[in-house]
Amino acid sequence: MKSASSQKLSNTLLVNGILGLIVLLWLIPVIGVFASSFRDRFDIQTTPWWNVLPHRDWVATKTINPRELGLDTNGPMTVEGVTATFEEMRAGVEQGDTRLIWIGTRPIGKIQVQEKQWVTSANLNLENYRQVLLGKSVQIKLADGTTQTVRGDDFSGSLLNSLTVTIPATIIPILIAAFAAYGFAWMNFPGRRFWFIVVVALLVVPLQIALVPVLRDFASLDLNGTFLGIWLAHTGFGLPLATYLLFNYISGLPRETLEAAFIDGASHFTIFTRLILPLSVPALASFAIFQFLWVWNDYLVALIILGPDPNVRVVTMTLASIVGSRGQDWHLLTAGAFISMLIPLVVFFGLQRYFVRGLLAGSVKG
Amino acid sequence: MATLGQTVNKEPKLVGKVIAWLLRVGLAILIPLIAFFFLYQGFLFLRASDAPKWIIALVAIVWGVGGVAILYYIFNKLVESLSPDWTARLQPFVFVGPALALLIWFLALPALRTFYISLFGRNGPPDLPVTMAFTNPGEYFAAVSAQFVGLSNYVAVFTDRLMLGALRNNILFWIGIATPLTVIAGLLIAVLADRSKFERTAKSLIFMPMAISFVGASVIWNFIYEVSPPGAPQIGLLNAIVAGLGGQTHGWTNYTVIAPWNNLFLVIIVVWLQAGYAMVLFSAAIKGIPEEIIEAARMDGATEIQIFFRIIIPYILGTIITVTTTIIIFTLKIFDVVWVMTGGQYGTDVIATQFYRQSFINRNSGFGSAIAIVLLLAVVPVMIYNLRQLREQETFR
Repeated sequence: MKSASSQKLSNTLLVNGILGLIVLLWLIPVIGVFASSFRDRFDIQTTPWWNVLPHRDWVATKTINPRELGLDTNGPMTVEGVTATFEEMRAGVEQGDTRLIWIGTRPIGKIQVQEKQWVTSANLNLENYRQVLLGKSVQIKLADGTTQTVRGDDFSGSLLNSLTVTIPATIIPILIAAFAAYGFAWMNFPGRRFWFIVVVALLVVPLQIALVPVLRDFASLDLNGTFLGIWLAHTGFGLPLATYLLFNYISGLPRETLEAAFIDGASHFTIFTRLILPLSVPALASFAIFQFLWVWNDYLVALIILGPDPNVRVVTMTLASIVGSRGQDWHLLTAGAFISMLIPLVVFFGLQRYFVRGLLAGSVKG
Repeated sequence: MATLGQTVNKEPKLVGKVIAWLLRVGLAILIPLIAFFFLYQGFLFLRASDAPKWIIALVAIVWGVGGVAILYYIFNKLVESLSPDWTARLQPFVFVGPALALLIWFLALPALRTFYISLFGRNGPPDLPVTMAFTNPGEYFAAVSAQFVGLSNYVAVFTDRLMLGALRNNILFWIGIATPLTVIAGLLIAVLADRSKFERTAKSLIFMPMAISFVGASVIWNFIYEVSPPGAPQIGLLNAIVAGLGGQTHGWTNYTVIAPWNNLFLVIIVVWLQAGYAMVLFSAAIKGIPEEIIEAARMDGATEIQIFFRIIIPYILGTIITVTTTIIIFTLKIFDVVWVMTGGQYGTDVIATQFYRQSFINRNSGFGSAIAIVLLLAVVPVMIYNLRQLREQETFR
């Protein structure tokens, strides 16, 4: 059965090979941004990010001053056994493993002798992060050693705003939905069936439908551009899913446990806080991750409710505004993108188990 | 499923019923109102203070979360101090009321209001107090009918040149191409990962983009599509490859010569973001296929490809439909990626960017609202399906 086992081996190799390729394809975009965020601002603009990996490139070994050799820059010049005109040298003259290239203008330029060598253009530092994180003015060192004062992008302020928006906008809907889910599951009241149908119907309603009326209400309540406004909006938009998910979980808890507590004379409120909430931690956690990622990564709701005030900007807005105004400043964009991804990635990898469980419980957000 | 709790033995009298109803409605509205009032006052106080930003943030978080929790506690105490009959009648509304009030305020009513606004011109319905309809009906209805345009906004949605382009992009590129690509990529990865030793790691890494915001993803992919001036080394990966193969470099998303196919470069981003979601659901479904069936098929000499098409696909068909529906709903509302990448220019507009532009930039709220209603109508079949599922589950008798 040798052929069968070698067949199996080659199958395994094929499967792992294709899978590895796909994973690589999925990762390269992130790696590119990550690597670039540590590179010098000038390097990012002029050389591709994969140059930080070892590669063969021209490296200057010697610089020759043509005037010292008494060469005529208007005619053919012979240097290191190569004869070429100024125009040819400016484009670079290759011979074997060496290259001659003219650096600078015709009257005062120099000739560089270059060789192909294995190099890495690492030169990594945290300057970009400093510039995007700090607000107001930041001193940055330029390549030539001089310093320049620029305005920072105040990502640290935006991070704080994002946290201020996200933490309550995650906990408040969970609290409200957990109470409601318990009410729907274990209490009797007229209209119970009707209201639950409303919750399920609202599951897939696109939130675009609500933005114009909500914005008008907020305008008359003076809530536009406030954290309270965006907490309320995210709470409202997240509630159908939260109530539905938590209902599915809470209504499935063993009936005997609750009945026993009731016979002991516990009230609904006690049962809810002492028994149901602790038992529902897995469901609460999976919705919490959903809502956290959703709110943290949200752009549309923040754009409309928080508006243009830079004091309350969340990270997605700050990042998008750099894309809009300085889309070529890759040293800022890559560092900013990575800062905006850091917290959700930590949450995601830390609590992935609960996230997957929530997905499998049928989470579709409207 | 029955509910627990003290059953009310006595048949309540009519007066009692009316009072109970009033109290219920009152509680449902009162809790959010009071919560809102206190949160609001706290906010005015915070906004006025000049404490360091992180202190304000911390206080706001504690204030917001704690305030809501304390309100539930207080209202529950109030209701529990009543007679047992009244407690049983009112307590459910302490629990369910706030959620319902918020759902009505933020989703149910806005749907109706948006529909109402969509029947009016640029500025929407006239900004008059509703009471005027009773005190001075003549003037009120004259003002309303002056702005009323009927269904002409809907006609515009399906005839306006920009809207037609947006609808085409949503249907052809987002539903027609992005959705199947995401499903196929997710399925392929799930099947491959299922047979690999490195399943956990591979799935985890492909799933990772789910944690990245669309704005962040736009930056990541803008960097891949970046084009440098001719002659300079290409710093964008795609153009570096193209230039390396001797091709012509482009900005790709704004490459209108191939329009509308430049949309594909936006589609790729969303496939990258969403394939992980499809993969996770498919992976779980594939794990649910009994091992014996596949082993039996192998014994009978079925090839892996036959197993895939004849066993795996039919077995997980339900999941495929669910995932496809979810991604269709998601792509219908696609906004962030398009808005940040191209701003809807170069023929990449979609319904949601048109909605945003009409509602908040052009300030044409009637037209914007009509677009939102069209989005809502598009998800109605899914809504009906969900409600049918609910009836079949029979959680509620």
